[in-house]
Amino acid sequence: MNPTATPARRTLQPPPAPASSFPYNAGSLLSASDLSLDDINHILVRATVLENQDPLTRDRILAKRRVALLFYESSTRTRTSFELAAKALGADTTLVSSLSSSIEKGETLKDTGLTLRALGAEAIILRHNSSGAPWLLEAETHLPVLNAGDGMHEHPTQGLLDLRTILAHLRPGVEKVTAETLAGITITIVGDILHSRVARSNMLLLPRLGARVLLCGPKELLPELAAQAGPGIAIERNFEAVLRQSQAVMMLRIQAERLAGLQLDLEEYKANYQLSGQRLAAQAPSAIVMHPGPIIRGLEVTAGVADGPQSVILEQVRNGVAIRMAVVERALLAAGSNGGRA
Amino acid sequence: MTALLIRGGHLIDPAGGVDGLKDILLKDGRVAEITSPGKLKQANGAAGAEVLDATGLTVAPGLVDMHVHLREPGQGYKETIATGTAAAAAGGFTSVAAMPNTRPVNDSPEITRWMQATERGAVIRIFPIAAATRGSKGEAINDYAALKSAGAVAVSDDGLPILKDNIMRETLAAAARVGLSVIQHAEDTRMTQGGSMNAGATAFRLGLRGMPAEAETSIVERDIRLVKELRDARSHLHVAHTSTAGAMAAVRQARRSGLRVTCEVAPHHFLLTEEHVGLYSTNAKMCPPLRSAADRDAMIEAILDGVVDAIATDHAPHAIHEKEVEFENAPNGITGLETALGLSLRWLHKEWKLPLGRVLSLLSAQPAALLNLKGRGTLTVGSFADVVVFDPKAEWTYNARETKSKSRNTPFDGWAMQGKVRWTISEGRIAYASE
Repeated sequence: MNPTATPARRTLQPPPAPASSFPYNAGSLLSASDLSLDDINHILVRATVLENQDPLTRDRILAKRRVALLFYESSTRTRTSFELAAKALGADTTLVSSLSSSIEKGETLKDTGLTLRALGAEAIILRHNSSGAPWLLEAETHLPVLNAGDGMHEHPTQGLLDLRTILAHLRPGVEKVTAETLAGITITIVGDILHSRVARSNMLLLPRLGARVLLCGPKELLPELAAQAGPGIAIERNFEAVLRQSQAVMMLRIQAERLAGLQLDLEEYKANYQLSGQRLAAQAPSAIVMHPGPIIRGLEVTAGVADGPQSVILEQVRNGVAIRMAVVERALLAAGSNGGRA
Repeated sequence: MTALLIRGGHLIDPAGGVDGLKDILLKDGRVAEITSPGKLKQANGAAGAEVLDATGLTVAPGLVDMHVHLREPGQGYKETIATGTAAAAAGGFTSVAAMPNTRPVNDSPEITRWMQATERGAVIRIFPIAAATRGSKGEAINDYAALKSAGAVAVSDDGLPILKDNIMRETLAAAARVGLSVIQHAEDTRMTQGGSMNAGATAFRLGLRGMPAEAETSIVERDIRLVKELRDARSHLHVAHTSTAGAMAAVRQARRSGLRVTCEVAPHHFLLTEEHVGLYSTNAKMCPPLRSAADRDAMIEAILDGVVDAIATDHAPHAIHEKEVEFENAPNGITGLETALGLSLRWLHKEWKLPLGRVLSLLSAQPAALLNLKGRGTLTVGSFADVVVFDPKAEWTYNARETKSKSRNTPFDGWAMQGKVRWTISEGRIAYASE
């Protein structure tokens, strides 16, 4: 017995946090962590089926169904691929962006959502600058809501398209993912983790399939507590050491718009964390190089690496359309069970 | 005014040292007589008194909440003094101290008096806390003597800290000269800018910017240092809504060294943690934010150990539309007047075995003493007839839709409560009676 041990303190059992009532709609995709392995499999399988389907039969799947894209932030890839995906299935899409809409006049997210629902929208694809906004929209409209990026929080379809890209290269031919599919694989996310919704969705999704996720970056952009976000996540600050262990390297942009006054020495950042051709050849000559875009060439990656043979960046973009077809289809077909106005 | 006779109840008056079956006669707004059941002297006018049968009920000094926001003047759509005091009465409170972050800020004797005017329709006593600095801007201190004679019971810039060392020092010294306490909202706003919940792993996971515990702890430590430097002035520092283990440790230490440093804890800070933010519940957003489990446990320990001087609600009503927005855009604050007693009895008393008298003392005698409210927080003969009568055994569920407040921004909707208020009596008048 340890004679210096303090006596046991009173046992206090305060009330637990309440269980979540989200998602209200089975068709919603709010967080990567809401997806079961079955859901993930379903989406991956449907992405492949839909991608290979004759466009003239594919566009009957959601013929004349109404999908609204509600974008509070600018976007190229996500917006276009969601729109192309919905249209490829035959849906009518409409885009509302914060500029050139009543949002500029002070209309709230709740009222904008209710308005879109009244106009016949059956699902809303939301990009928003505030973390958590998709939960608010779903709670207020009870429509299927697809999170197309919320603040610094999540971007679940990016996680899924990244997963599809990783599987195609590192586990080709796998038809059904399990909790071990990515066992033995290390995927590194490098850079501005703090402000990245892509990082959060990936670090919640990939370990579910057995992958190890390493996070790499300076303290200002990668706080120690990031490793507590979920299982299978670790921090390693030495970029070279990280590269040597990685089969996939995901480079992130520094989100200047979210730095909130934080001053960074970009030259020092490049010296420590830029993925250059030399670094890549020396440490990870067979890893795939990923980037969710937009790329700032010459900062987080050199042009040579972005355009080089290990880069799968444009493949990620292509996978975005396939994944988003599957997710939009799921939104409208799964929504039937409890969708509409509860 | 008719006399009131509360008959057959179990009187618990911690300050008066009473704990037993008593009859109490209230007359002319005061406690006229306390006797064993059935022994009241007719001479005191009990014959014509209205009788309240308190058999099986607990009779206690009316509760005192030293930290509420009643939103008047200026934001009557959130709450008015009439609706806020009605909610207070429903919660068993007979005295509330109203913070000055109104529109305009209560930094003048005129507003201080306006808030207490009968036209406001308060059903219980409201005691204004005046702004410590002009416009609560933290730059120039107000005329405390004038504010005190207008009825202010303390000074505070609540909602904002008094950040500058020299201004806080001046505030502590000037308030001490007129016998007022300084209530500090301890938050180093240079560290919390852009934050909307406690800094930590949960905030990281939710993608929300954090408000670090150090932002509170460091200001409490600074303030205690100033009180120590001003020792001869006998300044009284009261730490509002204490929420971090570090701040509580600093208060504990200051007390040990004999400084006049006191603190309050809100029910949400001894019951909830940052996990209760859940998926962006704006009714779990307040300042200071819900903290870690370790911080919350430190609040419970400090209450049980007697370091905490008062339970205060920080009742902060906001209209529904203001809370139905993105988490980071939602205003800080939750309502609390109707749930403080039920939660305190349910958790502090029933679950954690804090004696009933001590729970009631934290909700009445102690805050009354901190604010120097003479004749309140106790039911000795001659004191104000401020009484709460409640059924200590009754278990019930709080329904925010039935609130007397104008707002219903509470995280405790649907929570189990212990102890139901039967009557709240303010200076001899029934301010609330349950059906």
